[in-house]
Amino acid sequence: MSRSKVRRLQGSSPGAGRRRLKNQILNALKNPYNIITLISVVLLAYLIIVPLIEMIRTTFTLARADLRRVPGGKAGESTLFYWNRLLFSEVSRNLFWLPLWNSLVIALWTSAISITLGSLIAWLMVRTDLPFKKFFSLAVIIPYMLPSWTKSIAWLAVFRNETIGGSAGFLSYLGLQSPDWLAYGPVAIIAVLSIHYYAYAYLLVSAALRSVNSELEEMGEIVGANKTMILRKITFPLVMPAILSSIILTFSKSMGTFGVPSFLGLKVNFYTISTSLYSTIQREKGTGFAISLVLIAIASINIFINQKLIGSRKSYATIGGKGGRTNTLSLGKWKGLIVALLILFLMVAVILPLGILLYQTFMLKAGDFGLSNFTLHYWLGEADPLISDGLPGVFKSAQFWMFVKNTLMLVALTSILATVFGQLLGYINSRGRHLKSGKLVEQMVFIPYLIPSIAFGAMYLAMFATPTRISLFGQSITLIPSLYGTFAILVLVSIVKHLPFASRAGTSNMLQISTELEEAGQLAGASFITRFLRIVFPLAKNGFMSGLMLILISIMKELDLIIILMTPTQATLPYMAYTYSTSGFQQPASAVAIVMFVLVFFFYWIANKFFHADIAGGLGG
Amino acid sequence: MSRIELKNINKFYGSNHVLKDVDLVIEDGEFMTLLGPSGCGKTTTLRVIAGLEKPQQGTIHLDGKLIANAEEQFFEPPSKRGLNLVFQSYALWPHMTVFDNVAFGLKVAKLPKSKIHELVDSALSRMQIAEFSGRYPSELSGGQQQRVAIARAIASSPKLLLLDEPLSNLDAKLRIDMRSELKRLHQEMGTTIVYVTHDQVEALTLSSRIAIFFDGRIEQVGTPMQVYQNPATLRVASFIGNPRINIIDGTAEVTNEGLVVNSPFGEQRFDFSQCTPVVKGLDKFNCKLGFRPEQILISRTKTPGSLAAKVYSDMPAGSETLIQLTVGGQSFLAKQLGIKRYERDETVFLSIPDALLNIYDDSSGQLVKLSDSDEMQ
Repeated sequence: MSRSKVRRLQGSSPGAGRRRLKNQILNALKNPYNIITLISVVLLAYLIIVPLIEMIRTTFTLARADLRRVPGGKAGESTLFYWNRLLFSEVSRNLFWLPLWNSLVIALWTSAISITLGSLIAWLMVRTDLPFKKFFSLAVIIPYMLPSWTKSIAWLAVFRNETIGGSAGFLSYLGLQSPDWLAYGPVAIIAVLSIHYYAYAYLLVSAALRSVNSELEEMGEIVGANKTMILRKITFPLVMPAILSSIILTFSKSMGTFGVPSFLGLKVNFYTISTSLYSTIQREKGTGFAISLVLIAIASINIFINQKLIGSRKSYATIGGKGGRTNTLSLGKWKGLIVALLILFLMVAVILPLGILLYQTFMLKAGDFGLSNFTLHYWLGEADPLISDGLPGVFKSAQFWMFVKNTLMLVALTSILATVFGQLLGYINSRGRHLKSGKLVEQMVFIPYLIPSIAFGAMYLAMFATPTRISLFGQSITLIPSLYGTFAILVLVSIVKHLPFASRAGTSNMLQISTELEEAGQLAGASFITRFLRIVFPLAKNGFMSGLMLILISIMKELDLIIILMTPTQATLPYMAYTYSTSGFQQPASAVAIVMFVLVFFFYWIANKFFHADIAGGLGG
Repeated sequence: MSRIELKNINKFYGSNHVLKDVDLVIEDGEFMTLLGPSGCGKTTTLRVIAGLEKPQQGTIHLDGKLIANAEEQFFEPPSKRGLNLVFQSYALWPHMTVFDNVAFGLKVAKLPKSKIHELVDSALSRMQIAEFSGRYPSELSGGQQQRVAIARAIASSPKLLLLDEPLSNLDAKLRIDMRSELKRLHQEMGTTIVYVTHDQVEALTLSSRIAIFFDGRIEQVGTPMQVYQNPATLRVASFIGNPRINIIDGTAEVTNEGLVVNSPFGEQRFDFSQCTPVVKGLDKFNCKLGFRPEQILISRTKTPGSLAAKVYSDMPAGSETLIQLTVGGQSFLAKQLGIKRYERDETVFLSIPDALLNIYDDSSGQLVKLSDSDEMQ
């Protein structure tokens, strides 16, 4: 019997119909799931869908500032001017096509290098008898824990040369003049990004390798395959989905990244699509937003390809579960060499840059690494008009402390709010899996993940630059306030951008809490609030805290997302380092970067020590 | 203590029709078991009674009071229905001690502290787990967790206790212990119990009545012995009883005098007093004869009306022996008490007292002729 048939069968008196309606409304209002879902959908639409539409609309609307470029145009009329200018005008080569090409080149090389490096290390760690595994397993993910832009500052500290201007780096001091192509531009960018992103491949591939049941390989051995054949025909195909997935992830991330290419590219006029977006948006918003949309489109296509490619093959990874015993390959006489190479790699990737960065902050005159040049000025010195245009040491700088305060306030506020909201969304996702509303919320939350950080920032700029008012019953109501230049917009954009991760963490957290535990409370007469506070929250607490710490660290490192939205008074430490570095104040920039290192490591330590957070869990968040 | 009346309950998940016109009356003080294979709607029915699921059609009365009316979208919240539920997973709150688990509902109801203590202590000692009151659920064995779950459900003295496959997570020995525990609990408290299980032995040993579900419909409601001796349909017949019922084909005709059945057992005549009302609508029909393994009498010498069969294998298990037999292409199982041995391929002769046979209409699966075991005793 169909549902409609049942309805028709319910012959009803008029009174029953009215009571039915009344009860239906009461039931809907009394169901807390409905209320949370409704609020979430409205908020998500306002914070994700509306800004996206607003940005698209802006690229088709002529702005007052661009009137003089469009003869006979009227402000506010619809136009293809910006898209034309971006794609088909005399400036499009420099504005768009060349940066796009550069981004592609960088993304391809970065993916190739990081996947090779990451998979190799993963294989060494999981499948061979490499010594000191415990130490290496932590050491190899340290590069990933540092914000990528701090690594660019370190790169410059080593390779900067005198031809570009400013002071020279460590190599120059040693008498080795590093060539321009190494100091700045694509090679530098690819190198720094690879040292950052190989961690994705490492984490994904090692997880996949661990989940391959060793019995599958032993079976190969029994039927007579040799070691290379087993590796080629059994192991490799099984971890292929993980490798594909990390290629696409790395490609997508390096296409959209802003920090590294701006530190290492702008000085030599080497633009990628994201740095072109940043500089364009300062001058002409419409064209800048159009670049953002292209960037979003590329990222979405990437994710789509990822899901299409992996979707059908994903099942591999889970087959067979854990192999109880994994027999490791003996490295034999290569063992010493491989350990030495790994340690060398870690030296180059972590210790050397950190050391030089730290050392640089003690140099009065940049580029002179001699002991006579030693100073604590950049840490503790009072303002001196002769040094760095009178910048005081960071610890004496009122601005520095303001930025520290801003950074901590931002991360505290946003991580708490994002986590709370993420848990609520997780509640909806886990309890409403079979409902349309649950799926809708899940898909809406996923959108910020598709959008590269810099484009996401641009989207919020489009939405909150000027207030939008509507007039209702003679009252002017502000639908969208102007938030540009306020702290609130930084909080808002950070929360929304981190929602996909927060809600994923929330969902897996909530899925662990069986609905029956809640139903048992319902039978005992506990209201929704009581159930949430007394049953759901105490059980969700650990997941809540570890999710919170990971979001906190991720926001702390953030530069790309908020760079467009920051103003000198409402800014954070990464912004401070960025402006110092671009203004040529190397030592203060390095000092701020060191402070960032310390803060990030401190929070990682807390997350790991007290909340057992899985550091790899922040991946892609 | 209470009487529950489900009327015309229909429940859908999307387009999936999981409960179909369920009508069921559970009398005050009964131990009613909802029995059926997995996915038949028995747990959904229980959850509908509890108020955790809302049916799209139908009404529920508890002690004459309307607690659910789908037509008016009226559903009394679960906690206002005066019942409690023991979940299959026990659903003990892992972050609360045994005491707090049992006390939670009483605290929510804002009972005075001393009263809470008294009720929790009494529930815990009734389930013989008073000494574990300070422990967390993870520090208890499965059987102890089960007792906590039941203690939590009975602490508030519900008028109606719902149990959802409570024994399915226990090992075989504990299950038998808990079974007798539950039976005692029911007799002591006198509470109406609705019990969901797919285990027919549990159903047969515990219940005062059993409702058998197939595909979201109630196929038969009756006492354990009614259900065992006279399964209303072929489906129920093959579901109830372990080892399962033997079935052979035959033909039947309704005459003026009664029912005439032709089968490998020869021609048998039954008068209408032995038949169900179904017989009235029938004329000539294909039928199936059902008989239980323990009803087969095996003889090594030919007796009148007996049927020659070959022994396929004998399976002595100490207290009883199962014998697999073949007649033509069909195979049967017979059960005899004690240890009995037969040769492989030995020819034996079977007979079954006519009165014990169940006869079903093949096309509708309905029971036509009742088995009357009283006559034999």
